[in-house]
Amino acid sequence: MKVLVGVKRVIDYNVRPRVKADGSGVDLANVKMSMNPFDEIAVEEAVRLKEKGVASEIVVVSVGPAKAVDTLRTALAMGADRGILVQTDEPVEPLAVAKLFHAIAQEEAPGLVILGKQAIDDDSNQTGQMLAALWGRGQGTFASAVAIEGDAVTVTREVDGGLETLKLSLPAVVTTDLRLNEPRFASLPNIMKARSKPVATKAPADFGVDITPRLKTLSVAEPAPRKAGVKVESVDALVEKLKELGVA
Amino acid sequence: MKVLVWAEHDNAALKDATLSAVTAGGQLGEVTLLVAGAACAAVADAGAKVAGVSAVLLADDAVYGAGLAENVAPLVAGIMGEFDAFVAPATTTGKNIAPRVAALLDVMQISDILTVEGPKSFTRPIYAGNAIATVESSDAKLVITARATGFAKAAREGGSASVSPVSGSGDAGLSSFVSAQVAVSERPELTSAKVVVSGGRALKDAQTFADTLYPLADRLNAAVGASRAAVDAGFVPNDYQVGQTGKIVAPEVYIAVGISGAIQHLAGMKDSKTIIAINKDPDAPIMQVADLALTADLFTAVPELVSKLA
Ligand SMILES: Cc1cc2nc3c(=O)[nH]c(=O)nc-3n(C[C@H](O)[C@H](O)[C@H](O)COP(=O)(O)OP(=O)(O)OC[C@H]3O[C@@H](n4cnc5c(N)ncnc54)[C@H](O)[C@@H]3O)c2cc1C
Ligand SMILES: Nc1ncnc2c1ncn2[C@@H]1O[C@H](COP(=O)(O)O)[C@@H](O)[C@H]1O
Repeated sequence: MKVLVGVKRVIDYNVRPRVKADGSGVDLANVKMSMNPFDEIAVEEAVRLKEKGVASEIVVVSVGPAKAVDTLRTALAMGADRGILVQTDEPVEPLAVAKLFHAIAQEEAPGLVILGKQAIDDDSNQTGQMLAALWGRGQGTFASAVAIEGDAVTVTREVDGGLETLKLSLPAVVTTDLRLNEPRFASLPNIMKARSKPVATKAPADFGVDITPRLKTLSVAEPAPRKAGVKVESVDALVEKLKELGVA
Repeated sequence: MKVLVWAEHDNAALKDATLSAVTAGGQLGEVTLLVAGAACAAVADAGAKVAGVSAVLLADDAVYGAGLAENVAPLVAGIMGEFDAFVAPATTTGKNIAPRVAALLDVMQISDILTVEGPKSFTRPIYAGNAIATVESSDAKLVITARATGFAKAAREGGSASVSPVSGSGDAGLSSFVSAQVAVSERPELTSAKVVVSGGRALKDAQTFADTLYPLADRLNAAVGASRAAVDAGFVPNDYQVGQTGKIVAPEVYIAVGISGAIQHLAGMKDSKTIIAINKDPDAPIMQVADLALTADLFTAVPELVSKLA
């Protein structure tokens, strides 16, 4: 079974983003960029499926600028087999990304597609669900456990009330939550090996997908700052405050 | 504008998250509530009484009982012919279903809105809430998830809508429900509690977490939350996680105990009215955002607090 995995190049999760002075967006110049953390979990899950002999080939896909090839190389170093870069310098919204993945899924015919539940830059949490709809397949979102059994996948999902388990016919789309696994670090030899793994570069037009944004960003602002707090010197003082607040 | 609002429920009771979505939808136009489920007529009756709901559509069918997105999304997309906007609460249910509806309608969803700025423009958090974007949709129809902390809850009484049945295309044959592990707790629900007590990695293990924080939560009639580190380490279940990728809370009082205050955690609680932090490190980021910061070892401060609140 072939597994298709989405990997997005985003601001590193340790960096505190700054809004540009002109309110046009977030300043990404000279900011450390990394693979979206949920996508690392997606790659790890695919590699484990391959190690178990369930997956035969792992294809990683990134939509973004030329630099996104670094993100693909990281995934290849973790154990993916080949990459597809859909190159564009334009911002690409989840609906357009889902259409590109749909086109690629039709060409590649994977048994399973694994995406992250959310990209930590746009915080959209949409792409996997949209791909499943366009492709007419089942979706196992926010997965904390994935088990392939014959022509079905059982997915345990992290939901507001606890956990929920669903069974989906394959092929299907799974999106990862934080507890699915702990991604490995690529070893130096594997990083070297990844350099010679194949990466195909495509354009959105090659798939006949119009990526014109549907949403126009009118402005981007810093959230309202909180007023400075006070130091409480003792537990007694804290008790007083809780009483003043009317909760104790 | 005609707005279809997704009712969140468990086939028996209407959940509070629905009430915030009704308010968000009401700011756009006339609200029709969609209740999709199995043997859920009581939910439709409850929905009909919610202030601001002008009609209720009831899709009562076994195939909608578990809320499977594969079955529910085509139902919603079918109904959307007569509506201009679909609004779902930004819960795990809403986040699962709404994008599937959006794709079926060829619409780019607007996730997690905080405010309605105009008929097609909204604010929403990006980058873990470190920036707030104002976006305008150019799509013919709107598909939206609304963050509960951004919209007041509509009153449960005051409406008198009529309930009419709708039906969809039934079972898509792609998915089936296997089981659920629903957490049962006597405590208030995390996203609607007035007071939240949250613990982090410093709480050591599940037993220590419970022994230290539950007496405080009980004393304050508080819900219990946690950082990702505490959830990953197995101190508490996943549904306790507060943050960018967990639950978003904005209680009157949020008490962070042994939590450092990473941006991903702050994203889930920084709209709380009063933030109290107990941390032994005075320079921890949480201490900078806290209204009241107590520098202390939690293992002495929390028991002392509990005894003095008695
Ligand atoms: C993609 C992604 C998504 C994430 N989503 C979330 C999310 O939704 N929610 C979330 O919370 N995190 C999230 N995180 C994780 C986040 O980055 C932090 O790692 C996490 O919040 C840290 O948890 P913590 O504060 O409990 O632990 P730590 O950072 O280890 O902090 C422990 C704190 O306890 C204090 N302490 C230790 N002992 C004592 C004592 N005896 N008395 C008093 N204080 C003490 C220390 O001074 C320290 O400040 C996410 C990370 C990623 C990459
Ligand atoms: N530009 C992209 N390139 C590759 N994968 C993407 C891209 N955008 C989104 N994805 C995938 O979709 C997931 C959810 O993204 P989003 O819907 O934007 O929150 C991510 O975790 C990725 O797996």
